[in-house]
Amino acid sequence: MAADRTASAPATLTQATGATRGTVGESTPRPDGTLKVTGEFAYSSDLWHEDMLWGFTLRSPYAHAAIRSVDTAEALALPGVYAVMTHDDLPAGTHYGLEIHDQPVLAKDRVRFHGEPVAIVAADHPETARRAAARIAVEYEELPLVVDEATATAPDAPLLHPGRRDHHASHVPHPNIVHRQPIRRGDVAAARARADVVVRRDYEVGMQDQAFLGPESGLAVPAEDGGVDLYIATQWLHVDRDQLAPVLGLPADKVRLTLSGVGGAFGAREDLSMQAHACLLALRTGRPVKIVYNRYESFFGHVHRHPAKLTYEHGATRDGTLLYVQCRIVLDGGAYASSSPAVVGNAASLSIGPYVVGNVDVEAIALYSNNPPCGAMRGFGAVQACFAYEAQMDAVAAELGLDPVEFRQRNAMSQGATMPTGQLVDSPAPVAELLRRVKALPMPPERDWEAAGGPVDVRALPGGLSNTTHGEAVVRGVGYAVGIKNVGFSEGFDDYSTARIRLEVIGGEPVALVHTAMAEVGQGGVTVHTQIARTELGVDRVTLHPADTRVGSAGSTSASRQTYMTGGAVKHACEAVRAEVLRRGRERFGASHPAWAEPERLRLEDGKVVTDGGEVIGDLAGILGDEAIDLEREFRHRPTEPFDLRTGQGFGHVQYSFCAHRAVVEVDTELGLVKVVELAAAQDVGKAINPLSVVGQIHGGSTQGLGLAVMEEIVVSRDGARVRNPSFTDYLIPTILDTPAMPVEVLELADDNAPYGLRGVGEAPTLSSTPAVVAAIRAATGRPLKRVPVRPEHLTGG
Amino acid sequence: MRVNMTVNGRPYEADDVWEGESLLYVLRERLGLPGSKNACEQGECGSCTVRLDGVPVCACLVAAGQAEGSEVVTVEGLADHARQRSGEAAGAVCPGEPEEGHPGTPGTTRHPEPTRPGQVAPLAPVQQAFIDAGAVQCGFCTPGLLVTADELLERNPDPSDADIREALSGNLCRCTGYEKILDAVRLAAARTGEAV
Repeated sequence: MAADRTASAPATLTQATGATRGTVGESTPRPDGTLKVTGEFAYSSDLWHEDMLWGFTLRSPYAHAAIRSVDTAEALALPGVYAVMTHDDLPAGTHYGLEIHDQPVLAKDRVRFHGEPVAIVAADHPETARRAAARIAVEYEELPLVVDEATATAPDAPLLHPGRRDHHASHVPHPNIVHRQPIRRGDVAAARARADVVVRRDYEVGMQDQAFLGPESGLAVPAEDGGVDLYIATQWLHVDRDQLAPVLGLPADKVRLTLSGVGGAFGAREDLSMQAHACLLALRTGRPVKIVYNRYESFFGHVHRHPAKLTYEHGATRDGTLLYVQCRIVLDGGAYASSSPAVVGNAASLSIGPYVVGNVDVEAIALYSNNPPCGAMRGFGAVQACFAYEAQMDAVAAELGLDPVEFRQRNAMSQGATMPTGQLVDSPAPVAELLRRVKALPMPPERDWEAAGGPVDVRALPGGLSNTTHGEAVVRGVGYAVGIKNVGFSEGFDDYSTARIRLEVIGGEPVALVHTAMAEVGQGGVTVHTQIARTELGVDRVTLHPADTRVGSAGSTSASRQTYMTGGAVKHACEAVRAEVLRRGRERFGASHPAWAEPERLRLEDGKVVTDGGEVIGDLAGILGDEAIDLEREFRHRPTEPFDLRTGQGFGHVQYSFCAHRAVVEVDTELGLVKVVELAAAQDVGKAINPLSVVGQIHGGSTQGLGLAVMEEIVVSRDGARVRNPSFTDYLIPTILDTPAMPVEVLELADDNAPYGLRGVGEAPTLSSTPAVVAAIRAATGRPLKRVPVRPEHLTGG
Repeated sequence: MRVNMTVNGRPYEADDVWEGESLLYVLRERLGLPGSKNACEQGECGSCTVRLDGVPVCACLVAAGQAEGSEVVTVEGLADHARQRSGEAAGAVCPGEPEEGHPGTPGTTRHPEPTRPGQVAPLAPVQQAFIDAGAVQCGFCTPGLLVTADELLERNPDPSDADIREALSGNLCRCTGYEKILDAVRLAAARTGEAV
């Protein structure tokens, strides 16, 4: 049985539509749906290869220590062990990183966070590999810890990366600050003097984990040409390859990556995890090597959402006009840079929310510390800011005696507004309308646990089946929030995607093959590609080639960008293929009909060439014959520019995305237990390419925001900077009992700059969900709640 | 050690099993049945849920040796399991109705119409409902949820929302926010109800 599972590339998926036509705008079923419900879809942890070995990683038990010695002899002596590697065994490059190459493949003489990889083992059974790793003797000498801004910038602070020479090093105020981005506009001091109401508060956001379900895993297979084939779950194949090749000492074309099934990502697969380790062991042993983290290791194996400390001051006039915002956002980036610089740029530029404010003074920084490295997670810097600025909006509204929704609407941005960065918002920004829509939705019934005359259904109460209350001391609250997220890579990054389209006749029927390197991580990009190909080429059957590095880069599956970018690339390449179809048609059949001379009047539909008047003048099968059209094209969004390092001014973002939430909660004020009863959302998506998937993204993002509001935090010990809860027993993500009904309103106001007018969807709902839930808890309890996640002890006692 | 068990109606024998191996490891790595997923291996996420002599369990928490002589149903066998059940039910209700034939032999890997997987495949009602309702995103939680939901519908063909939430509360999903999963279970219940 097992022998027929090999590490060959995932099967191509051909989809023909059933009930729907499967074009743009239709709720089209996933092409991988059947494989996923039958258990046949091959995730990266399912791969198997004959003679395969298992890799395992030895990690540091300390957050900051010097390594005095490493002795691998006892590990190597264990039967079944094929290789043990440490820093000294690395064949070429020793560091990697997304932007700054500051992360060691294996620690050399110093570990900087709890769980940092120190050595790797390959053995013939995973348990043998684990036991061998336990036999590696490492002598550590603990070093003083950097755990927050004060310890990072103290006069005698140990430097995390002494002598750093990255491109941020020259402008940061301290070498333990990765990046600093101020934003200055208007005159805050003068505005403060005119303000009738000033609210200044501190906020804190805990460290959230992406908690994707499919663990970090992959299979590296050494190739006869001296290269390596890596089957991997990642978010961006090409950037993995570009980091791996120098570490392996191989040219890029000998490091070939193919995407395996990906069990969720949410930012956590942007950085390398086990990729280099598996490839190194495979090349060392000459055998295929599989590495699969378990959940415990996964908590150490990827970056998390930056925890943040935020100070905000808002000033407004009596009539409810915001005059100024001053804020300072301190993000803890942990031991290595990862994507901290870009997170800083986002946090700063989106720090005041979707509001018009003439006077702004913002500073955002990310620290180097001995805490776990932090980087990309859904929302990427905008989540932390949104929690604080929306809490402030409620606080200022309360000071003014205004309704919180009305106060937001008075200050809401709309198309034509100017961001604090000076960037003009040049496409729809229906912020007030989104708030109006969630507010207008009917409210869920009160005291739903009281069946008429029957017993109390505790399942509808805070505490649920724990049977902690029958409704005594349970109070309801309602809260609102709205947020703004950028779409695509910002600040001058050359952001592009590539698609290859092959159109040919198979069995008398035209079939389009779509080949991209886009990482399908669950979001449904593969479905979108089939829809776009059908729409642009007028075919029914679309085959998806496995994503790999044999085609150009698709960029990252992050920043809500793939439908825009790789969807845009597929559209662009299909347009080129269509132009070639029409050129060939004109060449062969031009004399038969005058419309061939006017290709702009022609479209492809149901395998035919059709005029704008609906007349069929040719068919694809006849035009193509047995000659395929095979074209690869790149697609770029409009260029952006970096933010000025002193003023933060600049056309930094491609597109903005907006979502509003209304949360209804019930709180047991005696036990401090919260039940979110309903979480309604309204979002502008520009154009819903696949409405079912769009709603699924909004549900999923809203739920992760709910998790941050009331449950999710990686707890790091203050004294040792050690992760205290690396398990799903102690790191809680929402279950189906924690997650409420989530009505969704979808707006489609086209952005004329984007393919089909679409707007990136995935992240915006993660922003406003958290502050809406916390606002509802504040409304229920009257407590200030300046920190997420909210815990029971924040809701009880004095 | 050697472990014998029946998986999806077919007898299996696994040799050289180390005593510390879980049922999940033996299914995935020794029997070629990787459909049951390894999301936490701590008994918290439910992605490895299988039926062990009819009872839903986390396969990661069952020592392989404990499954000796047992009947196991995994996601790979769910369609056959549902078909047998509906055959029994149909047999009880309308004995004259012929059982629909199906191409797969129990326990073998099925490749339903490999070039057109979007088309008709012999799926359990709950599997088809997950596809139709949009309950599958990354899909890593899906096998465990399907086994759990199928067992719920076997016990309770017409569950309330609260019943569904209670039954699925041991299965974590990180992508969907569960709304579409609720839709899928409701849909499967409704379709099965109509079919009877």
